[in-house]
Amino acid sequence: MTSDSLPRAFTLLLKRDLTLAVRHRAEILNPLLFFVLVTSLFPLGIGADPKLLQAVGPGIIWVAALLAALLSLEGIFRSDFEDGTLEQFLLSSHPVSVLVIAKVLAHWLITGLPLLVISPLLGVLLGLPGDAIIILLITLALGTPVLSLIGAVGVALTVGLRKGGMILSLLVLPLYVPLLIFAANAVDTAAAGLPVTAHLSLISALLVLSLSLSPLATAAALRISLS
Amino acid sequence: MFNNFFHKMASPRYFYNISGQLIPWLAAACMALFLAGLYYGLVKAPPDYQQGDSYRIMFIHVPAAWMSMFIYVVMAVAGAIGLIWHIKLAEVMAISSASIGASFTFLALVTGSIWGKPMWGTWWVWDARLTSELILLFLYLGVIALYNAIDDKRTAARAVAILALVGVVNIPIIHYSVEWWNTLHQGPTVTKLDKPSIHLSMLIPLLLMAFAFKLYYAFVVLMRARCEVLERERHTGWVRELAETK
Repeated sequence: MTSDSLPRAFTLLLKRDLTLAVRHRAEILNPLLFFVLVTSLFPLGIGADPKLLQAVGPGIIWVAALLAALLSLEGIFRSDFEDGTLEQFLLSSHPVSVLVIAKVLAHWLITGLPLLVISPLLGVLLGLPGDAIIILLITLALGTPVLSLIGAVGVALTVGLRKGGMILSLLVLPLYVPLLIFAANAVDTAAAGLPVTAHLSLISALLVLSLSLSPLATAAALRISLS
Repeated sequence: MFNNFFHKMASPRYFYNISGQLIPWLAAACMALFLAGLYYGLVKAPPDYQQGDSYRIMFIHVPAAWMSMFIYVVMAVAGAIGLIWHIKLAEVMAISSASIGASFTFLALVTGSIWGKPMWGTWWVWDARLTSELILLFLYLGVIALYNAIDDKRTAARAVAILALVGVVNIPIIHYSVEWWNTLHQGPTVTKLDKPSIHLSMLIPLLLMAFAFKLYYAFVVLMRARCEVLERERHTGWVRELAETK
């Protein structure tokens, strides 16, 4: 880093990660494709009855989003770990937790945002009403950053391992449970025509909580993984 | 002086000797409480007016469920102490607790299931408590899997401590989200032991069993911690001496 200022380091890091992602488009497309594929497998598995699909739709979309996020999580730190960039982050004079936020933000822009964009299409495929699709968008907008933030802790803990993937899902998925419950329920409730302010407040609370705590835990975990 | 005491306590060699002396006493007390608890629970306590004799599984089930949560908190606290003050013994205690906690969680789930079959007519209900207990089991398994996956045991213990701390922040959130999810889906159709208050003749064996479980945990965790200490300190003088004298 040429300059010592933290905002500059933050934006540089963000730009670097985004550029890397744009150069490897598969990184953006694969989780997205996975998301669409998993969601479209469910009607084939459980039958195409519109009522049934509408009832299980929110849950299916959210579970597929969790899995897609899980699939892409390793990308947050893996390549940086392998080429030694991560060690340079830890050696730099900037607080690691802030750099972690930049990495997570980049990861969310690369993998979370595309899910958000494609999700209305899946909502339509599963026959969700218009209101529910809007709520689905809001829950995904608030919830996918939580997926990246919590996931970052798990990746930071497992990044040094050869077969981290399986363990990563064991570490991270139980922590996703509250988000899944609140988000899928919000969409369900919206589909029934009821107000969902409480759900959205709780998801926002999860976002604030994970935004404030998870970078610290991730930074500590990175130090341990690289020690 | 306070500090000195802790540093002395935390020295692996001192711990090894002291715990060796403690274990037989703890085990004996545990056995005595177990026998008393089982006697009062299985023989003395009257059958329940609704559930008959099958409620007696609660003398195992309830203490196991208590222990499953208690041990997770102990593990997180020990992990935090290990992280903050770099006390190796705290790390050892944290990781030695993990599999005991997982077994208690598993025991609570299995006994609950066995009780649920005649009472609720099904092995499993997606009830709030059952579900959070199941997720707790997953959290324990995550801790154990992470510890086993990292080769360097010091690094592994510190990674596990972070995971346990993240988990302990999440447990209340998971618990309430699950409770809320369940009540949203269906009303309280599942009646638990919701009598106004438990009768003394059932409370006494329950508490006896709870203390017996606590003591069981205490002496088993010490035994596991001793093994772990020996393994970690195997290159030091005192462990070699120990091996030679035996």
